Amino acid sequence: MTELLLWFTNFENTKPLALLIFFTVFCGILFYVYGSKKRSKRLESYKNIPLEDDDIEVKGK
Amino acid sequence: MAATGTAAAVNVNEQYNYDIVRKFTIMTLVWGAIGMFVGVYIASELAWPWLNFDNPYITFGRLRPVHTGAVIFGFGGSALFATSYYVVQRTSQARLFSDGLANFTFWGWQAAIVFAALGNVLGHSQGREYAEMEWPIDLLILFVWVAYLTVFVGTLMKRKQPHIYVANWFYLAFILATALLHVFNNLAVPIDLFSMKSYSLFSGVQDAMTQWWYGHNAVGFFLTAAFLGMMYYFVPKQAGRPVYSYRLSVIHFWAIIFLYMWAGSHHLHWTAIPDWTSTLAATFSIMLLLPSWGGMINGILTLSGAWDKLRTDPIMRFLIVALSFYGMSTFEGPMMSLKDVNALSHYTDWTVGHVHSGALGWVAMVSFGSLYHLVPRLWNTPMHSIKLINVHFWLATIGILLYITAMWISGIMQGLMWRAFDDFGNLQYSFVESVAAAHPFYIMRAVGGAFFLSGMLLMCYNVFKTIRKGSVGVEAVGIEGEGKLSPNAA
Repeated sequence: MTELLLWFTNFENTKPLALLIFFTVFCGILFYVYGSKKRSKRLESYKNIPLEDDDIEVKGK
Repeated sequence: MAATGTAAAVNVNEQYNYDIVRKFTIMTLVWGAIGMFVGVYIASELAWPWLNFDNPYITFGRLRPVHTGAVIFGFGGSALFATSYYVVQRTSQARLFSDGLANFTFWGWQAAIVFAALGNVLGHSQGREYAEMEWPIDLLILFVWVAYLTVFVGTLMKRKQPHIYVANWFYLAFILATALLHVFNNLAVPIDLFSMKSYSLFSGVQDAMTQWWYGHNAVGFFLTAAFLGMMYYFVPKQAGRPVYSYRLSVIHFWAIIFLYMWAGSHHLHWTAIPDWTSTLAATFSIMLLLPSWGGMINGILTLSGAWDKLRTDPIMRFLIVALSFYGMSTFEGPMMSLKDVNALSHYTDWTVGHVHSGALGWVAMVSFGSLYHLVPRLWNTPMHSIKLINVHFWLATIGILLYITAMWISGIMQGLMWRAFDDFGNLQYSFVESVAAAHPFYIMRAVGGAFFLSGMLLMCYNVFKTIRKGSVGVEAVGIEGEGKLSPNAA
Protein backbone atom coordinates (compact mmCIF):
# COMPACT_ATOMS: atom_id res chain seq x y z
CA MET A 1 0.00 0.00 0.00
CA THR A 2 2.79 2.43 0.91
CA GLU A 3 4.48 1.63 -2.36
CA LEU A 4 1.34 2.51 -4.29
CA LEU A 5 1.02 5.81 -2.44
CA LEU A 6 4.68 6.55 -3.11
CA TRP A 7 4.06 5.84 -6.80
CA PHE A 8 1.58 8.72 -6.80
CA THR A 9 4.15 11.10 -5.29
CA ASN A 10 6.29 10.83 -8.38
CA PHE A 11 5.44 13.47 -11.00
CA GLU A 12 6.80 11.23 -13.74
CA ASN A 13 3.92 8.83 -12.94
CA THR A 14 1.11 11.22 -12.15
CA LYS A 15 1.57 13.52 -15.14
CA PRO A 16 0.88 10.84 -17.78
CA LEU A 17 -1.82 9.37 -15.54
CA ALA A 18 -3.59 12.74 -15.28
CA LEU A 19 -3.26 13.17 -19.04
CA LEU A 20 -4.77 9.74 -19.61
CA ILE A 21 -7.71 10.38 -17.25
CA PHE A 22 -8.54 13.82 -18.67
CA PHE A 23 -8.15 12.68 -22.27
CA THR A 24 -10.42 9.66 -21.67
CA VAL A 25 -13.03 11.83 -19.98
CA PHE A 26 -12.90 14.31 -22.86
CA CYS A 27 -13.29 11.49 -25.41
CA GLY A 28 -16.25 10.28 -23.33
CA ILE A 29 -17.83 13.75 -23.55
CA LEU A 30 -17.25 13.82 -27.32
CA PHE A 31 -18.88 10.40 -27.66
CA TYR A 32 -21.78 11.46 -25.43
CA VAL A 33 -22.42 14.63 -27.45
CA TYR A 34 -22.05 13.23 -30.97
CA GLY A 35 -22.56 9.47 -30.44
CA SER A 36 -26.32 9.18 -30.78
CA LYS A 37 -28.73 10.80 -33.23
CA LYS A 38 -31.54 10.84 -30.69
CA ARG A 39 -29.38 12.50 -28.05
CA SER A 40 -28.03 14.98 -30.60
CA LYS A 41 -31.57 15.99 -31.47
CA ARG A 42 -32.43 16.48 -27.80
CA LEU A 43 -29.27 18.51 -27.14
CA GLU A 44 -29.89 20.72 -30.17
CA SER A 45 -33.43 21.41 -28.98
CA TYR A 46 -31.99 23.21 -25.93
CA LYS A 47 -30.58 25.97 -28.08
CA ASN A 48 -34.04 27.50 -28.30
CA ILE A 49 -34.26 28.16 -24.56
CA PRO A 50 -33.26 31.85 -24.74
CA LEU A 51 -35.83 32.44 -27.47
CA GLU A 52 -38.62 30.52 -25.80
CA ASP A 53 -38.88 32.93 -22.88
CA ASP A 54 -40.14 35.55 -25.33
CA ASP A 55 -42.83 33.26 -26.71
CA ILE A 56 -44.15 32.58 -23.26
CA GLU A 57 -44.45 36.24 -22.46
CA VAL A 58 -46.07 37.06 -25.76
CA LYS A 59 -48.63 34.33 -25.14
CA GLY A 60 -49.21 35.80 -21.71
CA LYS A 61 -50.10 39.20 -23.05
CA MET B 1 -42.09 23.97 -20.36
CA ALA B 2 -43.40 24.70 -16.93
CA ALA B 3 -44.18 28.38 -17.29
CA THR B 4 -47.70 29.15 -18.43
CA GLY B 5 -49.41 32.10 -20.00
CA THR B 6 -51.01 33.03 -16.71
CA ALA B 7 -47.68 33.07 -14.95
CA ALA B 8 -46.25 35.22 -17.67
CA ALA B 9 -48.96 37.81 -17.24
CA VAL B 10 -47.61 38.58 -13.79
CA ASN B 11 -45.82 41.88 -13.51
CA VAL B 12 -42.25 41.25 -14.60
CA ASN B 13 -40.92 42.92 -11.45
CA GLU B 14 -42.61 40.24 -9.39
CA GLN B 15 -41.66 37.42 -11.74
CA TYR B 16 -38.00 38.42 -11.89
CA ASN B 17 -35.68 40.56 -9.78
CA TYR B 18 -34.75 43.19 -12.35
CA ASP B 19 -33.91 45.77 -9.70
CA ILE B 20 -30.53 44.17 -8.99
CA VAL B 21 -29.81 43.89 -12.72
CA ARG B 22 -30.53 47.61 -13.13
CA LYS B 23 -28.21 48.54 -10.27
CA PHE B 24 -25.32 46.51 -11.64
CA THR B 25 -25.98 47.83 -15.15
CA ILE B 26 -25.66 51.42 -13.97
CA MET B 27 -22.48 50.66 -12.04
CA THR B 28 -21.02 48.92 -15.09
CA LEU B 29 -21.25 52.23 -16.92
CA VAL B 30 -19.98 54.27 -13.99
CA TRP B 31 -16.92 52.04 -13.48
CA GLY B 32 -16.36 51.84 -17.22
CA ALA B 33 -16.15 55.63 -17.46
CA ILE B 34 -13.94 55.97 -14.37
CA GLY B 35 -11.65 53.04 -15.20
CA MET B 36 -11.17 54.01 -18.82
CA PHE B 37 -10.55 57.64 -17.87
CA VAL B 38 -7.81 56.53 -15.47
CA GLY B 39 -6.45 54.29 -18.25
CA VAL B 40 -6.24 57.20 -20.68
CA TYR B 41 -4.64 59.34 -17.98
CA ILE B 42 -1.86 56.86 -17.19
CA ALA B 43 -1.30 56.25 -20.90
CA SER B 44 -0.88 60.01 -21.21
CA GLU B 45 1.54 60.01 -18.26
CA LEU B 46 3.74 57.61 -20.19
CA ALA B 47 3.62 59.90 -23.23
CA TRP B 48 3.89 63.18 -21.30
CA PRO B 49 5.51 62.49 -17.90
CA TRP B 50 4.84 66.02 -16.59
CA LEU B 51 1.26 64.83 -16.01
CA ASN B 52 2.57 63.21 -12.82
CA PHE B 53 2.74 66.77 -11.36
CA ASP B 54 5.29 65.41 -8.83
CA ASN B 55 2.30 64.09 -6.90
CA PRO B 56 2.86 60.55 -5.53
CA TYR B 57 -0.89 59.81 -5.37
CA ILE B 58 -1.34 60.03 -9.11
CA THR B 59 1.84 58.39 -10.36
CA PHE B 60 1.64 55.55 -12.87
CA GLY B 61 2.57 52.94 -10.23
CA ARG B 62 -0.42 53.80 -8.03
CA LEU B 63 -2.97 54.59 -10.71
CA ARG B 64 -2.25 51.52 -12.84
CA PRO B 65 -3.93 49.09 -10.38
CA VAL B 66 -6.76 51.62 -9.98
CA HIS B 67 -7.26 51.38 -13.77
CA THR B 68 -7.08 47.57 -13.92
CA GLY B 69 -9.26 47.17 -10.81
CA ALA B 70 -11.91 49.59 -12.06
CA VAL B 71 -12.14 48.15 -15.57
CA ILE B 72 -11.79 44.44 -14.76
CA PHE B 73 -13.70 44.21 -11.50
CA GLY B 74 -15.76 47.40 -11.63
CA PHE B 75 -16.80 47.47 -15.27
CA GLY B 76 -16.34 43.79 -16.21
CA GLY B 77 -17.42 42.41 -12.84
CA SER B 78 -20.56 44.56 -12.62
CA ALA B 79 -21.44 43.63 -16.23
CA LEU B 80 -21.11 39.97 -15.29
CA PHE B 81 -23.23 40.32 -12.16
CA ALA B 82 -25.90 42.18 -14.14
CA THR B 83 -26.04 39.80 -17.07
CA SER B 84 -25.65 36.59 -15.05
CA TYR B 85 -28.53 37.59 -12.75
CA TYR B 86 -30.61 38.44 -15.83
CA VAL B 87 -29.72 35.34 -17.84
CA VAL B 88 -30.11 32.85 -15.00
CA GLN B 89 -33.58 34.21 -14.23
CA ARG B 90 -34.73 34.31 -17.85
CA THR B 91 -33.41 30.90 -18.83
CA SER B 92 -34.51 29.25 -15.58
CA GLN B 93 -37.84 31.09 -15.56
CA ALA B 94 -37.38 31.63 -11.88
CA ARG B 95 -36.83 34.67 -9.66
CA LEU B 96 -33.45 35.04 -7.97
CA PHE B 97 -32.99 32.79 -4.97
CA SER B 98 -32.64 35.65 -2.49
CA ASP B 99 -33.14 39.39 -3.05
CA GLY B 100 -31.33 40.19 0.19
CA LEU B 101 -28.22 38.19 -0.70
CA ALA B 102 -28.25 39.64 -4.23
CA ASN B 103 -28.32 43.14 -2.71
CA PHE B 104 -25.44 42.18 -0.45
CA THR B 105 -23.41 41.16 -3.50
CA PHE B 106 -24.10 44.58 -5.03
CA TRP B 107 -23.08 46.71 -2.07
CA GLY B 108 -20.23 44.40 -1.05
CA TRP B 109 -18.77 44.33 -4.56
CA GLN B 110 -18.98 48.10 -5.01
CA ALA B 111 -17.40 48.64 -1.58
CA ALA B 112 -14.54 46.26 -2.42
CA ILE B 113 -13.74 48.16 -5.63
CA VAL B 114 -13.87 51.56 -3.91
CA PHE B 115 -11.68 50.37 -1.01
CA ALA B 116 -9.22 48.74 -3.43
CA ALA B 117 -8.93 51.92 -5.49
CA LEU B 118 -8.48 54.14 -2.40
CA GLY B 119 -5.93 51.69 -1.00
CA ASN B 120 -3.92 51.73 -4.22
CA VAL B 121 -3.88 55.53 -4.39
CA LEU B 122 -2.72 55.67 -0.76
CA GLY B 123 0.07 53.21 -1.53
CA HIS B 124 -1.37 49.95 -0.17
CA SER B 125 -0.71 47.01 -2.47
CA GLN B 126 0.29 43.41 -1.96
CA GLY B 127 2.11 43.58 -5.29
CA ARG B 128 0.22 40.78 -7.04
CA GLU B 129 -1.04 41.68 -10.49
CA TYR B 130 -4.85 42.00 -10.70
CA ALA B 131 -4.92 41.11 -6.97
CA GLU B 132 -3.35 44.20 -5.44
CA MET B 133 -6.03 44.42 -2.75
CA GLU B 134 -4.75 43.87 0.78
CA TRP B 135 -6.11 41.06 2.96
CA PRO B 136 -9.14 42.79 4.59
CA ILE B 137 -10.53 43.57 1.11
CA ASP B 138 -9.76 40.01 0.01
CA LEU B 139 -11.93 38.75 2.88
CA LEU B 140 -14.78 41.09 1.87
CA ILE B 141 -14.55 39.78 -1.71
CA LEU B 142 -14.66 36.22 -0.40
CA PHE B 143 -17.92 36.85 1.50
CA VAL B 144 -19.45 38.56 -1.54
CA TRP B 145 -18.40 35.67 -3.76
CA VAL B 146 -19.91 33.02 -1.50
CA ALA B 147 -23.15 35.01 -1.52
CA TYR B 148 -22.99 35.24 -5.33
CA LEU B 149 -22.50 31.49 -5.64
CA THR B 150 -25.42 30.90 -3.26
CA VAL B 151 -27.74 33.18 -5.23
CA PHE B 152 -26.73 31.70 -8.58
CA VAL B 153 -26.91 28.04 -7.58
CA GLY B 154 -30.05 28.65 -5.51
CA THR B 155 -31.75 30.16 -8.57
CA LEU B 156 -30.69 27.24 -10.75
CA MET B 157 -32.09 24.82 -8.16
CA LYS B 158 -35.54 26.42 -8.24
CA ARG B 159 -35.66 26.65 -12.04
CA LYS B 160 -38.83 25.77 -13.93
CA GLN B 161 -36.92 24.95 -17.09
CA PRO B 162 -35.66 21.33 -16.85
CA HIS B 163 -32.42 21.94 -18.75
CA ILE B 164 -29.74 24.36 -17.57
CA TYR B 165 -28.92 26.50 -20.61
CA VAL B 166 -25.22 26.49 -21.59
CA ALA B 167 -24.70 30.20 -20.81
CA ASN B 168 -25.30 29.33 -17.16
CA TRP B 169 -22.60 26.64 -17.31
CA PHE B 170 -20.07 29.27 -18.33
CA TYR B 171 -21.24 31.67 -15.61
CA LEU B 172 -21.11 28.94 -12.97
CA ALA B 173 -17.62 27.82 -14.04
CA PHE B 174 -16.52 31.45 -13.76
CA ILE B 175 -17.93 31.77 -10.24
CA LEU B 176 -16.37 28.50 -9.04
CA ALA B 177 -12.98 29.05 -10.67
CA THR B 178 -12.76 32.64 -9.44
CA ALA B 179 -13.44 31.46 -5.87
CA LEU B 180 -10.65 28.92 -6.16
CA LEU B 181 -8.20 31.38 -7.70
CA HIS B 182 -8.99 34.17 -5.25
CA VAL B 183 -8.55 31.98 -2.17
CA PHE B 184 -5.29 30.29 -3.14
CA ASN B 185 -3.64 33.36 -4.68
CA ASN B 186 -4.36 35.41 -1.56
CA LEU B 187 -3.22 32.94 1.09
CA ALA B 188 -1.19 35.30 3.27
CA VAL B 189 -0.29 35.98 6.86
CA PRO B 190 -1.03 39.52 8.12
CA ILE B 191 1.80 40.99 10.16
CA ASP B 192 -0.75 42.34 12.63
CA LEU B 193 -4.52 42.18 13.05
CA PHE B 194 -4.76 45.94 12.60
CA SER B 195 -2.24 46.21 9.79
CA MET B 196 -3.04 46.16 6.08
CA LYS B 197 0.29 44.49 5.37
CA SER B 198 0.61 40.75 4.94
CA TYR B 199 3.10 38.26 3.57
CA SER B 200 2.30 35.57 1.02
CA LEU B 201 2.27 31.98 2.15
CA PHE B 202 4.39 31.10 -0.86
CA SER B 203 7.87 32.28 -1.65
CA GLY B 204 10.22 32.56 -4.58
CA VAL B 205 9.31 30.75 -7.74
CA GLN B 206 6.29 29.03 -6.15
CA ASP B 207 4.90 32.46 -5.36
CA ALA B 208 5.45 33.61 -8.94
CA MET B 209 3.77 30.48 -10.29
CA THR B 210 0.79 30.88 -7.94
CA GLN B 211 0.49 34.51 -9.00
CA TRP B 212 0.42 33.62 -12.70
CA TRP B 213 -1.79 30.61 -12.21
CA TYR B 214 -4.19 33.19 -10.77
CA GLY B 215 -3.41 35.89 -13.32
CA HIS B 216 -3.86 33.74 -16.38
CA ASN B 217 -6.99 32.04 -15.11
CA ALA B 218 -8.46 35.37 -14.10
CA VAL B 219 -8.20 36.08 -17.83
CA GLY B 220 -9.45 32.58 -18.66
CA PHE B 221 -12.44 32.39 -16.37
CA PHE B 222 -13.29 35.97 -15.41
CA LEU B 223 -12.60 37.64 -18.75
CA THR B 224 -13.25 34.74 -21.11
CA ALA B 225 -15.55 31.98 -19.79
CA ALA B 226 -17.94 34.41 -18.11
CA PHE B 227 -18.18 36.66 -21.15
CA LEU B 228 -18.75 33.58 -23.31
CA GLY B 229 -21.77 32.97 -21.09
CA MET B 230 -22.88 36.48 -21.99
CA MET B 231 -22.25 35.73 -25.67
CA TYR B 232 -24.25 32.49 -25.66
CA TYR B 233 -27.34 34.34 -24.44
CA PHE B 234 -27.16 37.79 -26.01
CA VAL B 235 -25.94 36.88 -29.52
CA PRO B 236 -28.89 34.52 -30.16
CA LYS B 237 -31.30 36.98 -28.53
CA GLN B 238 -30.16 39.95 -30.58
CA ALA B 239 -29.96 37.87 -33.76
CA GLY B 240 -33.42 36.42 -33.04
CA ARG B 241 -32.18 32.94 -33.90
CA PRO B 242 -30.72 30.10 -31.83
CA VAL B 243 -27.01 29.51 -31.46
CA TYR B 244 -25.48 27.72 -34.47
CA SER B 245 -24.74 24.42 -32.68
CA TYR B 246 -25.65 23.54 -29.13
CA ARG B 247 -23.46 20.45 -29.23
CA LEU B 248 -20.48 22.55 -30.24
CA SER B 249 -21.19 24.83 -27.27
CA VAL B 250 -21.02 21.80 -24.95
CA ILE B 251 -17.67 20.72 -26.39
CA HIS B 252 -16.49 24.35 -26.31
CA PHE B 253 -17.34 24.52 -22.61
CA TRP B 254 -15.59 21.33 -21.50
CA ALA B 255 -12.50 21.90 -23.64
CA ILE B 256 -12.03 25.43 -22.31
CA ILE B 257 -12.57 24.34 -18.71
CA PHE B 258 -10.10 21.49 -19.07
CA LEU B 259 -7.36 23.37 -20.90
CA TYR B 260 -7.21 26.86 -19.36
CA MET B 261 -5.94 25.90 -15.90
CA TRP B 262 -2.66 24.53 -17.28
CA ALA B 263 -1.50 27.50 -19.32
CA GLY B 264 -0.55 30.10 -16.67
CA SER B 265 3.17 29.41 -16.55
CA HIS B 266 3.63 30.78 -20.08
CA HIS B 267 3.73 34.18 -18.34
CA LEU B 268 7.03 33.08 -16.79
CA HIS B 269 8.95 31.76 -19.78
CA TRP B 270 12.73 32.19 -19.54
CA THR B 271 12.67 32.67 -15.77
CA ALA B 272 13.67 30.38 -12.88
CA ILE B 273 10.63 28.08 -13.24
CA PRO B 274 11.25 24.41 -14.15
CA ASP B 275 11.57 23.97 -17.91
CA TRP B 276 8.83 21.34 -18.07
CA THR B 277 6.25 23.77 -16.65
CA SER B 278 7.13 26.22 -19.43
CA THR B 279 6.73 23.52 -22.09
CA LEU B 280 3.50 22.24 -20.53
CA ALA B 281 2.03 25.76 -20.43
CA ALA B 282 3.00 26.45 -24.05
CA THR B 283 1.53 23.11 -25.20
CA PHE B 284 -1.79 23.73 -23.47
CA SER B 285 -1.86 27.30 -24.76
CA ILE B 286 -1.59 26.02 -28.33
CA MET B 287 -4.32 23.46 -27.68
CA LEU B 288 -6.55 26.26 -26.37
CA LEU B 289 -6.75 27.66 -29.89
CA LEU B 290 -9.14 24.87 -30.89
CA PRO B 291 -11.95 25.42 -28.38
CA SER B 292 -11.50 29.19 -28.56
CA TRP B 293 -12.01 29.23 -32.31
CA GLY B 294 -14.75 26.62 -32.03
CA GLY B 295 -16.64 29.00 -29.73
CA MET B 296 -15.98 31.99 -31.96
CA ILE B 297 -17.22 30.13 -35.04
CA ASN B 298 -20.27 28.97 -33.12
CA GLY B 299 -21.09 32.55 -32.17
CA ILE B 300 -20.46 34.08 -35.58
CA LEU B 301 -22.35 31.35 -37.49
CA THR B 302 -25.37 32.07 -35.33
CA LEU B 303 -25.86 34.93 -37.75
CA SER B 304 -25.82 32.52 -40.68
CA GLY B 305 -28.64 33.50 -43.03
CA ALA B 306 -29.09 36.87 -41.38
CA TRP B 307 -25.86 38.64 -42.23
CA ASP B 308 -27.81 41.71 -43.30
CA LYS B 309 -28.26 42.47 -39.59
CA LEU B 310 -24.64 43.56 -39.54
CA ARG B 311 -25.58 46.42 -41.84
CA THR B 312 -28.73 47.43 -40.02
CA ASP B 313 -28.18 46.65 -36.36
CA PRO B 314 -25.28 48.37 -34.53
CA ILE B 315 -25.83 46.17 -31.46
CA MET B 316 -25.29 43.07 -33.56
CA ARG B 317 -22.19 44.73 -34.96
CA PHE B 318 -20.80 45.19 -31.44
CA LEU B 319 -21.39 41.50 -30.68
CA ILE B 320 -19.94 40.10 -33.90
CA VAL B 321 -16.89 42.39 -33.86
CA ALA B 322 -16.36 41.30 -30.24
CA LEU B 323 -16.28 37.69 -31.42
CA SER B 324 -13.84 38.60 -34.18
CA PHE B 325 -11.50 40.21 -31.63
CA TYR B 326 -11.96 37.14 -29.44
CA GLY B 327 -10.78 35.00 -32.34
CA MET B 328 -7.87 37.30 -33.07
CA SER B 329 -6.59 37.57 -29.50
CA THR B 330 -7.01 33.82 -28.90
CA PHE B 331 -4.78 33.28 -31.93
CA GLU B 332 -2.26 35.87 -30.78
CA GLY B 333 -2.12 34.49 -27.20
CA PRO B 334 -1.06 30.94 -28.11
CA MET B 335 1.42 32.34 -30.61
CA MET B 336 2.99 34.54 -27.91
CA SER B 337 3.12 31.56 -25.55
CA LEU B 338 5.61 29.81 -27.83
CA LYS B 339 8.98 30.14 -26.12
CA ASP B 340 10.78 31.53 -29.17
CA VAL B 341 8.11 34.15 -29.88
CA ASN B 342 7.95 34.95 -26.17
CA ALA B 343 11.69 35.60 -26.11
CA LEU B 344 10.95 38.54 -28.37
CA SER B 345 7.61 39.67 -26.93
CA HIS B 346 8.12 39.28 -23.18
CA TYR B 347 8.42 42.53 -21.17
CA THR B 348 7.53 44.56 -24.27
CA ASP B 349 4.46 46.59 -25.22
CA TRP B 350 3.31 43.75 -27.45
CA THR B 351 1.95 42.07 -24.30
CA VAL B 352 0.10 45.26 -23.38
CA GLY B 353 -1.38 45.40 -26.89
CA HIS B 354 -2.43 41.75 -26.71
CA VAL B 355 -4.19 42.25 -23.37
CA HIS B 356 -6.06 45.25 -24.71
CA SER B 357 -7.15 43.57 -27.93
CA GLY B 358 -8.82 41.02 -25.66
CA ALA B 359 -10.01 43.48 -23.01
CA LEU B 360 -11.29 46.22 -25.32
CA GLY B 361 -12.06 44.17 -28.42
CA TRP B 362 -13.68 41.19 -26.75
CA VAL B 363 -14.70 41.98 -23.16
CA ALA B 364 -15.77 45.60 -23.57
CA MET B 365 -17.40 45.19 -27.01
CA VAL B 366 -19.46 42.14 -25.99
CA SER B 367 -20.49 43.99 -22.81
CA PHE B 368 -21.54 47.08 -24.78
CA GLY B 369 -23.60 44.96 -27.16
CA SER B 370 -25.23 43.04 -24.34
CA LEU B 371 -26.02 46.18 -22.33
CA TYR B 372 -27.53 47.94 -25.35
CA HIS B 373 -29.76 44.90 -25.69
CA LEU B 374 -30.54 44.87 -21.98
CA VAL B 375 -31.17 48.53 -21.13
CA PRO B 376 -34.38 48.94 -23.21
CA ARG B 377 -35.75 45.77 -21.63
CA LEU B 378 -34.92 46.86 -18.09
CA TRP B 379 -36.42 50.33 -18.43
CA ASN B 380 -39.22 49.48 -20.88
CA THR B 381 -38.32 51.98 -23.53
CA PRO B 382 -36.22 52.02 -26.72
CA MET B 383 -32.71 53.43 -26.58
CA HIS B 384 -32.63 57.21 -26.70
CA SER B 385 -30.56 57.21 -29.90
CA ILE B 386 -29.59 54.40 -32.27
CA LYS B 387 -27.36 56.87 -34.08
CA LEU B 388 -25.27 57.35 -30.95
CA ILE B 389 -24.87 53.55 -30.62
CA ASN B 390 -23.50 53.59 -34.15
CA VAL B 391 -21.11 56.45 -33.36
CA HIS B 392 -20.04 54.59 -30.21
CA PHE B 393 -19.28 51.51 -32.27
CA TRP B 394 -16.99 53.37 -34.63
CA LEU B 395 -15.24 55.35 -31.88
CA ALA B 396 -14.57 52.09 -30.02
CA THR B 397 -13.37 50.24 -33.12
CA ILE B 398 -11.05 53.03 -34.26
CA GLY B 399 -9.77 53.39 -30.68
CA ILE B 400 -8.91 49.70 -30.40
CA LEU B 401 -7.19 49.62 -33.77
CA LEU B 402 -5.05 52.66 -32.91
CA TYR B 403 -4.19 51.16 -29.54
CA ILE B 404 -3.17 47.68 -30.62
CA THR B 405 -1.36 48.81 -33.76
CA ALA B 406 0.72 51.23 -31.69
CA MET B 407 1.57 48.53 -29.20
CA TRP B 408 2.43 45.96 -31.86
CA ILE B 409 4.90 48.32 -33.52
CA SER B 410 6.32 49.57 -30.23
CA GLY B 411 6.55 46.07 -28.70
CA ILE B 412 8.24 44.34 -31.63
CA MET B 413 10.59 47.28 -32.00
CA GLN B 414 11.52 47.10 -28.29
CA GLY B 415 12.09 43.34 -28.52
CA LEU B 416 14.35 43.76 -31.54
CA MET B 417 16.28 46.67 -30.03
CA TRP B 418 16.90 44.85 -26.74
CA ARG B 419 18.40 41.84 -28.49
CA ALA B 420 20.47 43.70 -31.11
CA PHE B 421 24.27 43.35 -30.87
CA ASP B 422 26.97 45.36 -32.62
CA ASP B 423 30.03 43.92 -34.39
CA PHE B 424 31.93 43.72 -31.11
CA GLY B 425 29.23 41.71 -29.32
CA ASN B 426 27.98 44.63 -27.21
CA LEU B 427 24.33 45.61 -26.93
CA GLN B 428 23.62 47.96 -29.80
CA TYR B 429 21.06 50.11 -27.97
CA SER B 430 20.79 51.37 -24.41
CA PHE B 431 17.44 50.89 -22.68
CA VAL B 432 16.67 54.58 -22.76
CA GLU B 433 17.08 54.60 -26.55
CA SER B 434 14.30 52.01 -26.78
CA VAL B 435 12.12 54.21 -24.54
CA ALA B 436 12.74 57.24 -26.78
CA ALA B 437 11.95 55.16 -29.88
CA ALA B 438 8.64 54.04 -28.33
CA HIS B 439 7.51 57.59 -27.52
CA PRO B 440 5.48 58.29 -30.71
CA PHE B 441 3.60 55.05 -30.18
CA TYR B 442 2.77 56.01 -26.59
CA ILE B 443 1.12 59.14 -27.95
CA MET B 444 -0.75 57.04 -30.52
CA ARG B 445 -1.88 54.67 -27.73
CA ALA B 446 -3.17 57.56 -25.61
CA VAL B 447 -5.12 58.89 -28.62
CA GLY B 448 -6.60 55.42 -29.24
CA GLY B 449 -7.61 55.21 -25.59
CA ALA B 450 -9.21 58.65 -25.80
CA PHE B 451 -11.32 57.45 -28.76
CA PHE B 452 -12.46 54.44 -26.77
CA LEU B 453 -13.20 56.54 -23.68
CA SER B 454 -15.25 59.04 -25.68
CA GLY B 455 -17.37 56.14 -26.97
CA MET B 456 -17.89 54.97 -23.41
CA LEU B 457 -18.98 58.47 -22.31
CA LEU B 458 -21.36 58.62 -25.26
CA MET B 459 -22.90 55.35 -24.09
CA CYS B 460 -23.31 56.75 -20.56
CA TYR B 461 -25.15 59.76 -22.00
CA ASN B 462 -27.32 57.58 -24.26
CA VAL B 463 -28.26 55.24 -21.41
CA PHE B 464 -28.86 58.15 -19.03
CA LYS B 465 -31.32 59.72 -21.49
CA THR B 466 -32.97 56.33 -22.01
CA ILE B 467 -33.41 55.75 -18.28
CA ARG B 468 -34.83 59.26 -17.87
CA LYS B 469 -37.70 58.47 -20.23
CA GLY B 470 -38.11 54.86 -19.19
CA SER B 471 -39.99 53.30 -16.32
CA VAL B 472 -39.48 50.30 -14.11
CA GLY B 473 -42.95 49.81 -12.71
CA VAL B 474 -44.81 48.34 -15.66
CA GLU B 475 -44.73 45.06 -17.49
CA ALA B 476 -41.74 44.66 -19.74
CA VAL B 477 -43.35 42.01 -21.90
CA GLY B 478 -44.11 44.36 -24.78
CA ILE B 479 -40.46 44.99 -25.52
CA GLU B 480 -39.66 41.69 -27.11
CA GLY B 481 -43.16 40.53 -27.83
CA GLU B 482 -44.26 43.29 -30.12
CA GLY B 483 -40.94 44.36 -31.49
CA LYS B 484 -42.01 47.95 -32.02
CA LEU B 485 -40.27 49.07 -28.85
CA SER B 486 -37.09 47.22 -29.66
CA PRO B 487 -34.07 49.31 -30.54
CA ASN B 488 -33.89 47.77 -34.00
CA ALA B 489 -37.26 49.08 -34.90
CA ALA B 490 -36.97 52.42 -33.15
